[in-house]
Amino acid sequence: MITSRKIGIYSLLIAGVILSIGPFYWMLVGSTLPSGDIFHLPPKLLPGDYLAKNYQSLNESLGIGKIFWNSLFIALVYTFVSTLISAMAGYAFAKFQFKGKKVFFFIILCTLMIPSQVTLIPLFEMMVSFNWLNTYQAIILPTLASPFAIYLMRQNMKAVPDSIIEASRVDGAGEMRIFFTVILPVTRPALAAVSIFLFMSQWNSLLWPLITMNSKEMFTLPVALSSLIGMARIDYGQLMLGTTLSTIPIMIFFLLLQRHFISGILGGSVKE
Amino acid sequence: MDQTEKVVNTTANLRVKTRKNVLTPKNAPYFFIGPAFLLILIFTVYPVISSFILSFQEVRGVQKSFVGFANYSRLFQDPIFYKSLLNTFQILIVQVPIMLFFSLLIAVGLHSSMLRGKAFFRISYFMPAITALAAASIVFMILLDEHFGLVNYLLSFLGLDAISWLNTPFWAKVSVILVMTWRWTGYNMVIFLAGLQNIPADLYEAASMDGAGKVKQFFMITIPQLKPVFIFTVVMSTIGTLQLFDEPFILTNGGPNAATMTITLYLYETGFKFFDFGYASAIAYVLVIITAIVSWIQMKLVGDEE
Repeated sequence: MITSRKIGIYSLLIAGVILSIGPFYWMLVGSTLPSGDIFHLPPKLLPGDYLAKNYQSLNESLGIGKIFWNSLFIALVYTFVSTLISAMAGYAFAKFQFKGKKVFFFIILCTLMIPSQVTLIPLFEMMVSFNWLNTYQAIILPTLASPFAIYLMRQNMKAVPDSIIEASRVDGAGEMRIFFTVILPVTRPALAAVSIFLFMSQWNSLLWPLITMNSKEMFTLPVALSSLIGMARIDYGQLMLGTTLSTIPIMIFFLLLQRHFISGILGGSVKE
Repeated sequence: MDQTEKVVNTTANLRVKTRKNVLTPKNAPYFFIGPAFLLILIFTVYPVISSFILSFQEVRGVQKSFVGFANYSRLFQDPIFYKSLLNTFQILIVQVPIMLFFSLLIAVGLHSSMLRGKAFFRISYFMPAITALAAASIVFMILLDEHFGLVNYLLSFLGLDAISWLNTPFWAKVSVILVMTWRWTGYNMVIFLAGLQNIPADLYEAASMDGAGKVKQFFMITIPQLKPVFIFTVVMSTIGTLQLFDEPFILTNGGPNAATMTITLYLYETGFKFFDFGYASAIAYVLVIITAIVSWIQMKLVGDEE
């Protein structure tokens, strides 16, 4: 009785696992097959030998190396600077009393609740007038100060005891030094979670890069993928390889750091 | 010569001194907040206001003229806008409950103590949440192909006819819902799982000493204890769905016949295909208002029950 129930639960769970990760496997295999074989029925379940060919044609139609670099460069710079900025702001909100604090914080909470779509048109006009279309800063700057990250850092900074800050001040450490040598090291888990969250949201983002990057050599991976399906003749081998390239780095990163990763993607909303 | 040296020396001294004292506990917070605040002012607050003004203007090239509520009244007569509203809400009302039901079910299944390989299941179920929505949509676009897609092939073994997933209005919506559910179920499951793990074990012990069975315990303890987590996932999923863009853009580009046109997709088309900035801003503000109302209702529901 108990064992049959157990088998039932396991088989349901395993069916779910196949549904969850099956598409990944199929995508990986697809990236090694020629376009025609991807639609072969019954499906080909073993990798083919077309990977290099797919890469070659993907590179010919899009210059995938440069696009991969664009995505990586933007996501890394964005993650680093944005994490620093939000840690600084979070620290100020958590550990200082100052004039205007309530107003500043209220503004941040408001921006947290407003759908970002509302800023698209004026931001686009702004990018045009700065002559920033097809530049990295067009993607990096507008979302660099993430209200969500600031809010999370504030919550985490609050848990840092005031006494260690006071003690450093008594020792004669400057405010800058306290922030970099005392505060940042003790909030490392939060910094890790926030930076994973920021990296993922930038790496995967489609709408804003789609608007600001219209010359091929400045595409990010999601924009490049969406441009591939807009082509008159879709090459599915290329498409599968493109999706693989956009997924693999994150997948490796995820499998290595999964615990941090999960709490990072959940935006630190879940404590484990 | 001497004097200049002296001046140099004093400025050097001054510099050392001021450098040491440039940040005091009084002014430090402004320094720390400065970059974030400046960026938010320029790239969020200004655009939010500017977009509000734009929604009362007509933009022709570089010419802008005030047209009062014309953009808004045009919205109320625009069948595609109505359709995008309706589609967004239909997808919301069907997708969010189905997804959260599966998330909860899997979380409860994984939480039951007798299970082995929990970590494996957790990672596997979470995997879809790391993929770019664009990539996920492309993979499903191919899987759902009417003639050569794997999904229809598998359905044929059940004796079902091929479904025209992406080319008929009804099934196109179902396809969008499928992709969303695939992408987000594990994500919400992990949130539920964390919620389940935070329920104190002694609540269950006390209940079983009182003779409450497993099912009763589930409804009397688990569900009420999970309520805050539940509300969090509902609110987040709702807000996310109201802003739905990537999946319909890639899978169906809003078609067929605008069956998967969503508010954000329509905003994108109006703004960046037709460059009708005034009208697009009006659409954006309707989205703001809807989001505010929906969030308010959900908060209110929470407040009333507690």
